[in-house]
Amino acid sequence: MTRGGWLAARLLQIIPTLVMIGLITFVLARLLPGDVVTAMLGDRGSDEAIAQLTHQLGLDQNIAVQLVAYLDALLHGQFGTSLAFHAPVTELIAERLPVTLMLTGMAIVIALVLAVPLAFVAALTVNRWPDLAIRSVFQIGLSSPIFYVGLLLLTMLSAWLRVFPVGGYGDTLADRLYHLFLPALTLAFSLAAILMRNLRASILQVLHAEFVDFARAKGLRSRVILARHVLRNALIATVTLVGLHIGSLIGGAVVTESVFAVPGVGRLMVDSIFARDYPVIQALTLVLAVLVSLAFLVTDLVQMWLDPRIGA
Amino acid sequence: MRVRQVRAPLVAGLLILAVLLAFAAFPGWIAPYDPIGFDFTALLAPPSWSHPFGTDQFGRDILSRTIASSGIDLQIAIFATVGPLLIGGSIGLFVGYAGGIADAVFGRFADLVVTFPFLVLVIAIVAVLGPGLLNMYIAVACVGWVAYARLMRGEVMVQKASDYVAAARVLGYGTLRIVLRHILPNAARPVLVYLVSDMALAILLGSSLGYLGLGAQPPAAEWGVLIADGKNFLSQAPWIALFPGVVIVLAGLGFSLTGDGLADLLEVRR
Repeated sequence: MTRGGWLAARLLQIIPTLVMIGLITFVLARLLPGDVVTAMLGDRGSDEAIAQLTHQLGLDQNIAVQLVAYLDALLHGQFGTSLAFHAPVTELIAERLPVTLMLTGMAIVIALVLAVPLAFVAALTVNRWPDLAIRSVFQIGLSSPIFYVGLLLLTMLSAWLRVFPVGGYGDTLADRLYHLFLPALTLAFSLAAILMRNLRASILQVLHAEFVDFARAKGLRSRVILARHVLRNALIATVTLVGLHIGSLIGGAVVTESVFAVPGVGRLMVDSIFARDYPVIQALTLVLAVLVSLAFLVTDLVQMWLDPRIGA
Repeated sequence: MRVRQVRAPLVAGLLILAVLLAFAAFPGWIAPYDPIGFDFTALLAPPSWSHPFGTDQFGRDILSRTIASSGIDLQIAIFATVGPLLIGGSIGLFVGYAGGIADAVFGRFADLVVTFPFLVLVIAIVAVLGPGLLNMYIAVACVGWVAYARLMRGEVMVQKASDYVAAARVLGYGTLRIVLRHILPNAARPVLVYLVSDMALAILLGSSLGYLGLGAQPPAAEWGVLIADGKNFLSQAPWIALFPGVVIVLAGLGFSLTGDGLADLLEVRR
């Protein structure tokens, strides 16, 4: 397959994935035990209210008609109306999604800034104390639930040292970066641990690869070898890993946003569960899955750009 | 020397798990106080010799509450992994051996499920079913089986191509006998090792959902719920939220060290 062909095939792959995501979220909403409408209205619903909501949600129609209507609405970016906010779901999500994206983006940057240098230090001091210390800290990090890491940072840096705000979100960009720093650091921790572990292993592997021996035999200084050969190869693996973990980052963002009261889609999701705001939950599940599949796509493209062997 | 290097993490992991099991089995003997006993002479008391983890706003001993919660969290470690293991393991065993269309359909479906962020899908299913432990187990089983199925499928395919299976076929053994008596025992090892590491993730997930109010419901004592109870006292009495977390981290470490140690010991590729 040519490189162009590979690219086209990969881009087309996204279409069935998106359709299936739509199908799964549709089925999910229909899985409610008992009646969705009674679940939403609780015991307070009069017969009239029940009939009205049933009609409003289109639940009195044939299931196939409902599915077509649902997919059609999705194509037009219509997710219905929030039961708790009495506002279009699309609007609610559009308002909060940038916050979550910024949080996740910051977390990726922080994870890379932590993981890359520490992985080099660990690999170059393999089995000596810096390596052991770095690995122990990250092993503990991997065993810590994200909400607990968040509470620890919150207690130490916000409550005791008062260096960072306790939660919320600012108005200006600088203020937002400041408010999101602790949540992003929290979210970054487990990703950094995974990246560090894999990067360390691949640096160790690359250090013993033949092309590095060859570079050394050519008389290249070891700093040049590290930067040009080892780092480049190790980075390809890192990009792939970051892409693969976008899903768990977004899942982590749900928890982190709840801990730090960040007004993103994750917090909206948790709030919607307690408000029984099913249209919002359904739409968010769909939007987040679409985000992850787009992230997978971007990962593949970046990987192709970095590694000329793919699709060649 | 080599042997000791490999086993040290495993021994450490098993020791942690043994302590937790003791907590879960005999909470009443180990806990110094009644976990729900109020003590109005020691409200929000900081950690001390008489209350190593401090007390909460009702004077309840945090250490006793943490110990009393071990049962539910260990239950989560088991029930949130065994469901996915049984479902995913069976499906993986089937598609790995059958191959063909079943395998192709499975492959596409598995790719799709992976597109959903794990926690988001679990939370969405819990949202549909309603918060609570049982619904959390159902949600985790709905999502978590894929990892087990993929792993089992890969192992079964390797075993299926091996000589001893060909020999069994030549001997005229039935398919069911070959699959269950010969392939399954050999293919199961890596899956069981994964199960142990997955228990670490289950504890983290269970306590996270408990913290969010979607898992174990108060007054049931669960580590995540304990931490949620204490989060309003973070600046005043941080020990209420922070000490139970130490036990979650230890439990996570215990399962992941044991899992890694078993993988090394049994020479399972990861």
